[in-house]
Amino acid sequence: MTLNRRHLLTLLPLIGATGLGLGFARMLQGLTTGRFDPHAINNPLTHYAVPHFAPLSGLTSSSTPQDLSIPGFSYEELTTANQPILLNIWASWCLPCVEELPFLTNLAHRHTLPGAPPLTLWGMAYKDTPANAERILQRYGQPFQRLGIDDDGTTAIEWGVTGVPESFLILPGGRIVWHTSSSLTEDLYQTELLPLLHSAS
Amino acid sequence: MASSTLFFTHLSIFFSPEVGHFALALACALALLQALLPSLGLWLCRTDPAHGPSSQSPLLQFAKPLTYSHALALLLAWSCLITAALGDDFSLRLIAETSATSKPWPYKIAGLWGNHEGSLLLWVTLLSLWSSLLATVPHQSLHRPTNIPARLQTRLIALLGYISAGFLLFCLTTSNPFLRLWPVPLEGMGMNPLLQDPGLALHPPLLYSGYVGFAVPLAFAISALLEGRADALWAHFMRPWVISAWSLLTLGIALGSWWSYAVLGWGGYWFWDPVENAALIPWLTGTALLHSVIVTEKRSTLLLWCILLAIATFSLSLSGTFLVRSGILNSVHAFANDPARGVFILTLLALFTGGSLLLFAARSHKITSPSFGAFHLFSREGTILVNNMLLCTLCAVILTGTMYPPFMQLLFGRTLSVGKPFFDATTIPLALPLLAIIGIGITLPWRYAPPARTWRRLTPALLITLGNAVPAFWLFPSPLAGLSALFALWVITSSVIDLARRLHALPSGLRSYLRLPRSLYAACCAHIGVGITILGICGMATTQERIIEATAGTHISLAGQDWCLDRLTPQHGPNFEAIEARITVRSAPRSANIITILHPQIRIFPAQNQRTLHVAITHRLFGDLYAVLGSVKNDHNQYSAILRLHYNPLASWIWLGGIIMACGGAISLRPRIPFRIRRKQPV
Amino acid sequence: MVVRSSLLRRKAGRFWIILACFICFGSAIGLILNAFSSNIVFFMTPSQLSAHTPQPTQTIRLGGMVVAGSLHTTHQDDGTPDILFDITDGQAAMTVHYHGILPDLFREGQSVVALGRLKAPHNFIASEVLAKHDETYMPKEIADELQRTGKWDPRFGPPPNASSWNSMIKKGQ
Repeated sequence: MTLNRRHLLTLLPLIGATGLGLGFARMLQGLTTGRFDPHAINNPLTHYAVPHFAPLSGLTSSSTPQDLSIPGFSYEELTTANQPILLNIWASWCLPCVEELPFLTNLAHRHTLPGAPPLTLWGMAYKDTPANAERILQRYGQPFQRLGIDDDGTTAIEWGVTGVPESFLILPGGRIVWHTSSSLTEDLYQTELLPLLHSAS
Repeated sequence: MASSTLFFTHLSIFFSPEVGHFALALACALALLQALLPSLGLWLCRTDPAHGPSSQSPLLQFAKPLTYSHALALLLAWSCLITAALGDDFSLRLIAETSATSKPWPYKIAGLWGNHEGSLLLWVTLLSLWSSLLATVPHQSLHRPTNIPARLQTRLIALLGYISAGFLLFCLTTSNPFLRLWPVPLEGMGMNPLLQDPGLALHPPLLYSGYVGFAVPLAFAISALLEGRADALWAHFMRPWVISAWSLLTLGIALGSWWSYAVLGWGGYWFWDPVENAALIPWLTGTALLHSVIVTEKRSTLLLWCILLAIATFSLSLSGTFLVRSGILNSVHAFANDPARGVFILTLLALFTGGSLLLFAARSHKITSPSFGAFHLFSREGTILVNNMLLCTLCAVILTGTMYPPFMQLLFGRTLSVGKPFFDATTIPLALPLLAIIGIGITLPWRYAPPARTWRRLTPALLITLGNAVPAFWLFPSPLAGLSALFALWVITSSVIDLARRLHALPSGLRSYLRLPRSLYAACCAHIGVGITILGICGMATTQERIIEATAGTHISLAGQDWCLDRLTPQHGPNFEAIEARITVRSAPRSANIITILHPQIRIFPAQNQRTLHVAITHRLFGDLYAVLGSVKNDHNQYSAILRLHYNPLASWIWLGGIIMACGGAISLRPRIPFRIRRKQPV
Repeated sequence: MVVRSSLLRRKAGRFWIILACFICFGSAIGLILNAFSSNIVFFMTPSQLSAHTPQPTQTIRLGGMVVAGSLHTTHQDDGTPDILFDITDGQAAMTVHYHGILPDLFREGQSVVALGRLKAPHNFIASEVLAKHDETYMPKEIADELQRTGKWDPRFGPPPNASSWNSMIKKGQ
């Protein structure tokens, strides 16, 4: 069968539909991995410096019923750290955040193993009380070396957080290099976060 | 109420969710058989189609019974679901998510299709009903030589079976409506109060009937490609199916638009939201298909174009469903998004659309239009062709606007949105020539009309339209609205005058008038509907709106009327608490002539912890009075309310026009069989 | 002779059709390009907006969080309420003027999207304000309410399925 002009014309709809279909397939793939999010809004903080914020208090044994104690942090401590920090903004009242905690705990453990690129996890509890935060952390895992309680949500405003959970990757020197406004998943970690960590170390 | 709930609880011994689940699985198996057995039969006796009924395989006899039993199995599944809904069986996830004991019973049923699983079940059920309807049409026989050939009918049923089977598999694997929930909640979540509205309860069945109805033309198109043969008769058999699907889709869109006007309370009727566009795009290609099928029926041309449009219409309605369900399009009324479902629908879409288009590319050379290009621009088919192009261009423009943001984000990572300004700037310049040509085309005869005669016929309508130019520009403050209104008037007068001319040529009397082909009345009716809708849209473009903070006794002047906030009072509803404002509209302050009293409310539904604004509307022929109570403030026991008041001229004409269009479709459903075709029948 | 004239008419007919096709196609592309050049609504944040000031005619979707304590209402002379609030993205803030009824989900500290135009530096006139919300995201108030009424206690297991948030039975009953 030879291809003539007519065949090419009748193939055009198929070609167009295939193009659209491939685009849709890519979008679907992006939706599952979090790379494509039609509801997302651009977060301006990527590739910017960490914004200034007031020091955040952590969990002290006096403020929590079960004596869990995690230090808080300040702008200076965050910017002068000597290894990459994954800052996770979460809340005990946010179901996706709570679901994310076991994975974060696993992640924190993975990066203590020899050979793994250095990474520490810091947390910021958004509009939360120390007692609630402690209860959730004791139940679902405690991945954070530092935990700031942002009880009135003003620090989250400084960071431009639009909804919890959100995570930021901060390199030594206080530069935000990566951000997600969805839950952190293994896939997202492998495809986006890990390459950045390898190139940083 | 409790006793009836108990009744349905007892009934669920017979119609239990497990029975429903089984019925669904059974329906899937039956649909597969409905697809496979007749296909096999047709393949076995493919050698000499010329012999017709004599070379029949017994497998073909299975097509109709399988179709009916497939539909019955799905109706059984629905009975089980409705029993569970009326019996408040919250162990079913679907019902726990959408129902509550306090919900009125019609909404307990309507709530079933307010979510993904239920609406998909509705989708497949409607498809099975369409196939059954197709199966009930008596096929060609010695007594009925003009009916659809048995072979074609069987092939169509088999093709619809494939589509049904695909969607039933989807239903069973990723969106089973009969999933149980553990632990069993005592009370359901309740439905979003905004959705508890009769308009929205009926909207999905109508819209889906339209969407799904276009599966029948798709089956016609595929069967033509498979047989490598299509002709005027083929178009003749396809036409009623296109028209009925189109009419239902028209009604569905109109109802959806009315809901967003009357319930959403934003003052508009069309927001160019992706979900709305997803319905409008197949409507436009469906309209083009409707007209080109008529051309094919009358003139045996445009065959390939018809086939392509039939494929496009169904594919576009399917992709609309896909885009909304998968969460790719960012819409205000999105379903709970799930990419896993998206993968399944995309696969089905690739199978059906890709398969049909592949078939189109491979087989279309077999179908030849004998007289392509032989028709003149100054003929009915010429104008229909031009309008077809305009409709498709319009469709392409809306498709581009809808798909641009996700593709920009995918390819370049830029977040942007395309809204009303874009669609206004692109659709209006295309819609106006479309209207102009409708008015010309309807008066033209088939084949050819000399321009001089055309001009003579058009003169009265043209004079009336131009005569109304001054009032139109005076009545509509914006020139664009005035111009569009003139074009709408042109369509209406031209349609009416053309029908009057045809009637005038006949001997007077109802009997002879009824002998005129029904399609003429239908076309006139549908085009008048288009004109009325456009007039309504023009009227809404001149809407007057005021947002004001008012205390009791405040007089507000809007659109030459005096709106007075009389008082704010608390109200108790069956499942909500409300604050109600009483607004009296008079023709002048302190005048005794009360035009209407509006009662907008703020409703608080404690079960959902949700607040809704209940709009108060008085529909009047020449303009709706529309009031929204935004919020109520209490400053030192001085209550003040933020009110949004609209005067919407000609608003109800938009939906009235939609209903008239659908009526036009209904009138032409039983067209007179043209003599030429009757003569061609093999006996 | 008859054959020739019919052939001619065929050619003429085909010419008209192809011409009409081209006119439609061309006008569609022209209209789309023209509309894209002026009617695309870009999403911007306050810092982007102050960095690149757009034309006053350009419609923009401005997104960010409502600064706590910045919301207040004044009235114009004719009684139309004028709502003022600040939107920030952490880098810069922008004052938004809005005449209308705020959405139910609008709260200080909540992220919102305002659709409108930048009339003067730091003076954004919104024609529409949307509160961003997502099914997967649970408002704090609802979570608190679930915990308070005992419908979900984080100590007793993973969070319940989203479908049953409003309907979970209190444990132990």
